[in-house]
Amino acid sequence: MNSSVIIFPGSNCDRDMDVALKKFGFKNEMVWHDDEQLPKSDLIVLPGGFSYGDYLRCGSIAGKSKIIKSVVDFAAKGGLVLGICNGFQILTETGLLPGVLQQNKNIEFICKNVFVKVNNKNNKYFNSIDKDVLELHIAHNEGNYFCTNDELKMLEDNNLIAVSYCNEKGEVNEKSNPNGALQNIAGIFNKEKNILGMMPHPERMIDKYLSGEDGSIFFKNLLNNLK
Amino acid sequence: MTTVNEQVAIDHGLKKDEFKKICDLMKRTPNLTELGIFSAMWNEHCSYKSSRKHLKNLHTQGKRVIQGPGENAGVIDVDDEDAIVFKIESHNHPSFIEPYQGAATGVGGIMRDVFTMGARPIANLNSIHFGSTQHKKTKNLLRGVVKGIGGYGNCIGVPTIGGQTCFDESYNGNILVNAMTLGLVNKKKIFYSKAAGIGKPVIYVGSKTGRDGIHGASMASAVFDDKIEEKKPTVQVGDPFTEKLLLEACLELMADDSIISIQDMGAAGLTSSSIEMASKGKLGIELDLSKVPCREEKMTPYEIMLSESQERMLIVLENGKEENAKKIFDKWDLDFAVIGKTTTSKKIELYFDSKKVADIPIDFLAEDAPEYDRKWKKTKIPQKIKFKKENFKSLKINNCLIKLLSNPNICEKKWIWNQYDHTVMGDTIQKPGGDAGVVRIHGTEKAVAASVDSSATYCFAHPLTGGKQVVCESWRNLISVGAEPIAITNCLNFGNPEKEKNMGEFVECVQGISEACKYLNFPVVSGNVSFYNETKDKGIKPTPSIGGVGLLKNYKNMLTMDLKNEGNVILVIGKTEGHLDQSVFARSILNEKKGPPPEINLFNEKNNGSTVMKLMREKLILSCRDVSLGGILVAIAKMCIKGKKGVKLNKLKSLINKFEFFFSEDQGRYIIEVSKKNLKKVENILKENSVHFDNLGEVQKDNYINIDSEKISVDELSKHNKNWLMEYMEQ
Repeated sequence: MNSSVIIFPGSNCDRDMDVALKKFGFKNEMVWHDDEQLPKSDLIVLPGGFSYGDYLRCGSIAGKSKIIKSVVDFAAKGGLVLGICNGFQILTETGLLPGVLQQNKNIEFICKNVFVKVNNKNNKYFNSIDKDVLELHIAHNEGNYFCTNDELKMLEDNNLIAVSYCNEKGEVNEKSNPNGALQNIAGIFNKEKNILGMMPHPERMIDKYLSGEDGSIFFKNLLNNLK
Repeated sequence: MTTVNEQVAIDHGLKKDEFKKICDLMKRTPNLTELGIFSAMWNEHCSYKSSRKHLKNLHTQGKRVIQGPGENAGVIDVDDEDAIVFKIESHNHPSFIEPYQGAATGVGGIMRDVFTMGARPIANLNSIHFGSTQHKKTKNLLRGVVKGIGGYGNCIGVPTIGGQTCFDESYNGNILVNAMTLGLVNKKKIFYSKAAGIGKPVIYVGSKTGRDGIHGASMASAVFDDKIEEKKPTVQVGDPFTEKLLLEACLELMADDSIISIQDMGAAGLTSSSIEMASKGKLGIELDLSKVPCREEKMTPYEIMLSESQERMLIVLENGKEENAKKIFDKWDLDFAVIGKTTTSKKIELYFDSKKVADIPIDFLAEDAPEYDRKWKKTKIPQKIKFKKENFKSLKINNCLIKLLSNPNICEKKWIWNQYDHTVMGDTIQKPGGDAGVVRIHGTEKAVAASVDSSATYCFAHPLTGGKQVVCESWRNLISVGAEPIAITNCLNFGNPEKEKNMGEFVECVQGISEACKYLNFPVVSGNVSFYNETKDKGIKPTPSIGGVGLLKNYKNMLTMDLKNEGNVILVIGKTEGHLDQSVFARSILNEKKGPPPEINLFNEKNNGSTVMKLMREKLILSCRDVSLGGILVAIAKMCIKGKKGVKLNKLKSLINKFEFFFSEDQGRYIIEVSKKNLKKVENILKENSVHFDNLGEVQKDNYINIDSEKISVDELSKHNKNWLMEYMEQ
């Protein structure tokens, strides 16, 4: 399977994503933001980081970069687009996903392990994952998801809230919400569920010497579902 | 333009006789731009005029040392093609005036020092010291500094893997912010600052030059007074995004062989970078300042030369490589300008609007900079305190332990490091909160461990002992995670060197550091000195911060401190003599602040450490922690908390009382966890090597520390240890 990771000026999880994708068998290519054409890909990843320094608003300038037009076209044709952290912020800024990511409620950067509940397995990303709760890692200053009531209703009605912050037992409550996100939302799909944006970083959890291994489950599964 | 006279020179921080020396050397009165350049090069921060004499005595040699002090950073060999570039640097004065920007640009500056040498930064650490927790400024300063460190490091995408935070009233008027960076480089692709060749183009890259930070280095070379608010404009403003671009662009350019020499524009900006390059290469340099990219209008040559705008580099390129280099910097949207060339004149010659505006022989600025042999006073070793039975009468182990674990200098600092991205780059295998942080060398089996330590309380009581102690502490911390200690970088934070007492503290701390480094074969490869940490006549305690780096040949052998399994035996390696003077216990519970620091026996230190390493190589140790602040019981409690386990401690067979046994801060000790089946073997190895040890007890499943009839809940201890800082910051 072929994947592409887009590098924006200020991306800083691009290498980590490249390492993770290759580890689990993707043929990955790095794509510069100023290119117009995407290489032939089964999966496009917008990695974490601080594209354009997060100036103006997180993800907003990256959302206007040259390559994004191709990403939008790719997604429109049903191609898989995954945005992690800053990548999620870029997806909301381009309008590919609804809502915004505001500053964390405690106005501090948060770097720690969290648990997320997988709400919808009927898609290429989570299909046939055994676990209902994954331990992943967050590292962000603006992960506090927010959207209008109508958008929230649309997300809920269509079961598009991909993952929600929860505790070890899978209970979604205020205590397990690290950043103030609306309804503990950690990641969402578009209607067709080919686009996934989420704040947690699966690429930082890919071997037992790191913060954990649940990221491996995510990537292995994704590759299998694409085959 | 201002006419230069003695008063103008004094306003620039120069002394009368220094100004006279300048006029004598130049055989004329310098113009304002020249005077500015002299003041920048001759200040304490850049010239090391008070410290140089003593720094020469530091131990800097070792078989793994590729580059010692004198470059942008030190370099050590970590086998194969790999080398680690590292350094620690202070950003104290600016951080007190403007904590966010001061701390942020401190991190930015040290990362530039490292990638200037061709290394990709792989880990950041920091040592930060604040005033009393009761002082009205402390909370805001702490919040600002932590945000600044995080704001910069997180954006660049380099994990902050460790650090140290101290509170002490001596920092009420002068906080310390010391930032350390480690980078990874191919041994054959290290870049240095020495220029070579005549007529080579001098290139300016990075951000545009503004009016920020003018005289920053001079500000850091003077004490604070009431007018400190007025110094805000001397604090630089950081832009981590540009630094990230600069990092990527420089590493891209470094992939081929177009760079002859490269230097970041740190303290004293374009002045010190250009002069250092020329001085090291014994060359001259000619710059046309009209070509320097400026972000403000009508900047004068004086301002351009003294600006400390961040994220800028000066590069000497091979002829004909300009076009290719420009392409790379254009790709990363960074300014690129050819601003001059190297010459044979051995002078710095500056032009602006086609007029010559400065002309100074390089030697006057570098070699001829003043060097002082300042007077200093020895500190006598204080008399030992005789603690009496009544001192301990009303005390309970349980309450003391809780008090110690929630002491600001011992409590868990999660509130701080949760705000630092410590996992980006995907190689952090030991997070902050342990004895040392550990990152893998990407794509290999190897890993590097790093820690930062200081012990100002000991250094204040007796600088010579304190200097030795802090090196030993660093050595121990590295060993405790399973690493072989290799080398250190030091950041020497002191008060006003013009005072004999402060100068004495400096001289004796350096002497202590040197002795310990030599004995442990643990050389100093880089560092910096920060004097004048003084406000209105009140100086800080002498605070050398030591950043230690060690190597793990196989990261899978890394050790952590969390207790592993019930039934295992806990040993303390090293002799417990019961030295309470200057311990956290004596100071915070007995309220006794006098007495000598614990003695350092370098023979025992080395022997104990080497033997622990031997046990590790034989895979006989399951968890490990060095004994430091708070003594044995605090170390064990932290191991219990991390491992979510309890312990049953044996009845003491010691001659000293239980408070002395549990809370004394004797040096050279480690707590190790060993399985019962290996106990005999471990004991034999310890005996063969003449290492003193005591069997403390066993790991238990129940979550309690059991001492005689006392039962202390680990959950309770954990709560106190984890909550203190969070609650303090929320109040």
